[in-house]
Parts: sequence; C-alpha cells; structure tokens
Amino acid sequence: MLELALKGGKKYYGWMTFLMVFVGIGFLLYLKQLDFGLGITGLSRDTSWGFYIANFTFLVGVAAGGVMVVLPYYLHDYKAFGKVTILGEFLAISSVLMCVTFILVDLGQPTRIFNVFLYPTPNSVLFWDTIVLNGYLILNIIIGWNVLEAERNGVHYQKWLKPLIYLSIPWAISIHTVTAYLYCGLPGRGFWMTAILAPRFLSSAFAAGPALLILCCLIIRRVSNFDPGREQIQSLAKIVAYAICVNVFFFLCEVFVAFYSQIPEHMDHIKYLFVGLHGHTAYVPWMWASFILMIIGIILTVIPTSRKNEGVLAVACVVIFLGTWIDKGLGMIAGGFTPSPLHEVNEYIPSLPEIGIALGVWAMGFFVLTALFKIAVSVKEETRS
Amino acid sequence: MDSSRRRILRLFGISALALTTRPVLNAFAKEEQTTGAEVVIKEGAKSLKARQWAMVIDTRKFESEADLEPLIEACHKIHNVPALQNKNHEIKWLWGTHYHNAFPGKAARFLAEKVEHRPFLVLCNHCENPPCVRACPTKATWKREADGIVFMDFHRCIGCRFCMAACPFGARSFNYRDPRPFIKETNNKFPTRMKGVVEKCNFCAERLAVGQLPACVEVSNGALAFGDLYDPASEVRELIRTHYTIRRKQILGTEPSVYYIV
Ligand code: SF4
Ligand code: SF4
Ligand code: SF4
Repeated sequence: MLELALKGGKKYYGWMTFLMVFVGIGFLLYLKQLDFGLGITGLSRDTSWGFYIANFTFLVGVAAGGVMVVLPYYLHDYKAFGKVTILGEFLAISSVLMCVTFILVDLGQPTRIFNVFLYPTPNSVLFWDTIVLNGYLILNIIIGWNVLEAERNGVHYQKWLKPLIYLSIPWAISIHTVTAYLYCGLPGRGFWMTAILAPRFLSSAFAAGPALLILCCLIIRRVSNFDPGREQIQSLAKIVAYAICVNVFFFLCEVFVAFYSQIPEHMDHIKYLFVGLHGHTAYVPWMWASFILMIIGIILTVIPTSRKNEGVLAVACVVIFLGTWIDKGLGMIAGGFTPSPLHEVNEYIPSLPEIGIALGVWAMGFFVLTALFKIAVSVKEETRS
Repeated sequence: MDSSRRRILRLFGISALALTTRPVLNAFAKEEQTTGAEVVIKEGAKSLKARQWAMVIDTRKFESEADLEPLIEACHKIHNVPALQNKNHEIKWLWGTHYHNAFPGKAARFLAEKVEHRPFLVLCNHCENPPCVRACPTKATWKREADGIVFMDFHRCIGCRFCMAACPFGARSFNYRDPRPFIKETNNKFPTRMKGVVEKCNFCAERLAVGQLPACVEVSNGALAFGDLYDPASEVRELIRTHYTIRRKQILGTEPSVYYIV
C-alpha cells in the first residue's frame, strides 16, 4: 500500500516539500545541538526540561486522543466511526513518532539511549514510559495497517487482530497516565504533585486529539473524494465538547485546592503562570490566552447551533487545539520548575534554535501523518469506486 | 565481551521476570551496584568505611560568603568543576545560599539577624531514600549499599535529566556544553565530564577510598564534620546528640544525610 503515498497531485507534493523544508532546518539545527550540547536551548540548571519535553507531553495526549474514535466503534459498536477509525490509528502513529523524536532530541547523550534497555530499571517511570509508548506505536502500526489492507482487499480483517484492538484501548489510556506519572510522583514539585494530573492530561488529550481529527476530516473532505461524514464529525465534536469542559473543570479544581488551602508551595507555581512571581511575568499573557481560548472552545462546541455549523466548528477546534497546547506545551513544564526547589525564579524562555528543532519534529510528524492519511484516503476512494 | 554477555543475559532475565518477585529485581540491582562501584573506585587498605556517610555543618562558624569560598574552591578544584559564565549552564557541587532558599517553608517572617545574613552551604544530601535514584532509567545514579553515597556513572548517563526533576534540593547540574575548556587547572586524578551528562557532589568517595576526609571538610577548620550516621560513637552522631540540628525539606521523606546546626 505504501506506493499510494507516492501518487499525488501538485498540491500534495507542494505540501510535503513545504514540510520537508522545516524538517531540514530542524535537522541542521539539531546537528548544531549535537555539536555544542543542549546549551543552545534556553534550558538551565533550574529548568532542566522545557520545550521538547512539553511538546512530547502534549503529543502523547494527541496520540491517546486517537482512541476516541476506536473505542466507540469497537466497544459500543457505533458503526458510524467504522469509516474513521483508521484516521485515529494513523494519527496515533504519527504522534507517537513525534513523541519519541522529542525524547531523543532532549537527551544529552542520545547515542546512549539503548542504556534504557541494557539496564532496565523498573523503578523508573521513564523506563515504563518507553515501553508503553513503543508498545502503542507497534500496536497501532499492526492494527492500522492490517485493517486497512483487509478493507482494500474487500475482506474482513484477520481474527487475531481483535484482541490487539481491544488491548490498544486501555493502552492508549496507559500512555498518558504513565506520562503524567513522570511528573506527579516527584517530591518537592508542588505544581505537579496532584493526583488529578493524569486525569487532567487525559481530558486535555481527549479534547486536543479529536479536535485535530475533526480538522483533518474537514481537510480530507475538501482535497479528496472521500467524505469522512457529517455524523462522524458531529460525534467527534461532542467528544471534544465534553473533554474540554472536563479539562477546564479539573484545572479549576486545582486552583481551588491551591488557593483555598493557601499553601505557598502549591500556589506559587499557579501564581507565576497567571500573575507572575517576583516580577517575572513572561508566561502571564500566554496562560490567560490559553484559558480564554479554552473557554471560547467550550462556548462554541457546547452550543448546538454553533457546533452544528462546520465552519464555526473548525474555528472551535483550532482554538481548542491552541489553548490546550499552550496549557500543556508551554505552561505545564516551565510552570512546574518555576520557582525552583530553592525558591528562586529563573525564567525559562525557549531559544530560537530550540523552537526550530521543535518545529522540525512537528513537520516530520505531519509529513508522516499526511503520507499515512493519503494512503488511507486512497484506499477508501478505491473501494468506493 | 564478558560484560556485554552479562548485559544481554540481564536483559533477558529482567524481561522474563520484570513483573514477578521483588527479590529478583533486588538481586539484579545489587549486582549492578557492586560492579559500578568497582569500576570507578578501588578500595584500598586505608579506605574509610561507614554504613551511611553523613555530614554536620555548623553554620554558626560561617559569617559571610567569603568564609565559604575556600570550601567551594577546594571541592570544585579537585573535582574539575568548570567555571561557566552563563548562569543557565552553571555547574555547582557545593555552594552558598540564604536561609530561606536552603530551607524554604522553614523561614519565619522575622528571623534572628545572624541567621538571616549567614550563608548556608548546600550540596547533595546523599539521601537515604533518594528520589533521584528512583527516577533514573539507566541506574546511572544509584545508592551505594556499602556506604550510602548516591553515586553517578558519567559514562552510563543518557542525559535525560529525570534525576534533576526528581531532586527536591537542586543538587544536580547538567553539562549543557563541553565543560573542559572552562576548567582552570585540570586535576588528572579525577575524571572530567563530557557534555550531556549530569553531575553532583559525590561525598568525595575517591578520597574516602584512600583514607582521606572530604575536601570541604578538611579545609573547614572544624565547621564541617563527617562520619558514619549509624555509628553512635562517630563525631557526627556526637554533634547531633549535643546540638539541635535541622535538615532540608525533611517533610518530603527523602532522609537527607546532611545536618545543619543553626
Ligand atoms: S540531594 Fe538530590 S541528588 Fe542528592 S541524593 Fe538527595 S535527591 Fe538525590
Ligand atoms: S540524567 Fe543520567 S543520571 Fe540523571 S536520570 Fe538520566 S540517565 Fe540517570
Ligand atoms: S563532600 Fe566532596 S564532593 Fe561533596 S561538596 Fe564536599 S568536597 Fe565537594
């Protein structure tokens, strides 16, 4: 089926070239990082994780979000999603690829990555994260590919796939749970030390992932002869609406606990992000933008008339995707490290090369995503005609 | 050859047994620890031994940053700690800070003037229950069973910095760039580090192995004491018995082995 990714029109090739340019720039910058060290980023002794790890965290969510089309179809026999499960699985594959790449570019000694397997350490959450992420990647490749191939050949997919499909559902939950455990089990990091971190991650995942899927569906309908379907898009939109509401609710729960208890260790990080701390305010406009975007997203997706208007829905999805990205991709990590364990404020601002490398990874992911979607859509077009 | 075969065996063993019993895992962990320690430090006949090394810092003996300088200098010099200008890239094993930074949450609104202006030495606490060790995915940092030192293997560290996020004391530094050009005088008896790995105070394990006390203790004119926490007759235990001491962020349960007399 791979050959289907090679046959495309001018626009397709134009888009892929556009992405490759960013991949190339990112790669060159990464070579510079390999040569100099992570010092070309804005990271410091106090904020030792930043943009890479934040994007990784966000994308684990997008990957897990793919399960929101798989689960209703296979567990609730919601037939309509049968058409789009493949899109969810392929979205998961490309997101996990980005995640793994972000981890790799974040390592100080990337050539030693295999030490994680040579010296397996079950007490380290990172060890488990590596396992669940790679497992999820493999599961989705096997499932997505075989189901699509079966569809192309006009037969039912092989029986042995069924247990794997069922397994992939809790597995999707596990990747984001384990990713949250990276943070929420660390003593002395008040911002992350909350049992609601994993649920919070999941809720934002189930908003961001399906929002991206809706956007993809709308684009696919425009550029191809395959229509993912209005009902499918509307069902996804309801999922997004619920998830974004829950996400904001969870966040407000955190705010209540921190500010009603008035425990400085928990309040200070939220203060730093939303009003600034000791005169450091770099994140304040971003965090408010994120909050407002998510509220706009709630309004647009909850009100039936605006949700049912696909143009408005597209705007809502963009808004929600951006809002959750700022929340997790900017604030979540930097906010957890500031103030530092010694209660110093040493602001972290991502550097330009760092942003360039991150853009390169995103471009790589969208390159793979486009190719995979191209294959899926071509198969759908074939079988339809 | 031998060691690579053992690695592969271990990999197979763990994947088969990963979810079974704890003793199995402990056995693997133990083997790991002894091999790691042997590689880095050979114990001599004169080596000092303890169940858990500990330090007592008599902060009353330090009045200004200048009083800390010789200690920091001694540590950083023998351990090839680079002097980097960019604050983001800074590496420190031992440094001075204010009371409210060393003990956030413990500082009263009004403090004794002396305490408020006194510098406090901070370093890795060689915690008895170290979260950094729990977090490391490669066992590049581990707690030595023999003497409780939380040790680093610079050659195994993948630079993921999970240990830095896990340490609630900011004790760890990362080599954001090649540190070698920034070492004033290289001490050939101690390894220099490459870019991309984490480092921190090692309680001068290399000196203990040849019967010497840690460098900072040696030049402290008695302000720092060092000894076995589990030996009731040790100097540190004597000081702890006769003075009121505090430890950093005791509430987190990491059980720091550095005690402060305030
Ligand atoms: S002070 Fe930090 S680095 Fe040192 S043992 Fe404790 S947790 Fe680990
Ligand atoms: S940076 Fe090195 S020592 Fe720290 S957790 Fe990662 S591998 Fe372990
Ligand atoms: S014990 Fe040794 S390594 Fe640790 S701060 Fe003192 S001199 Fe430095």
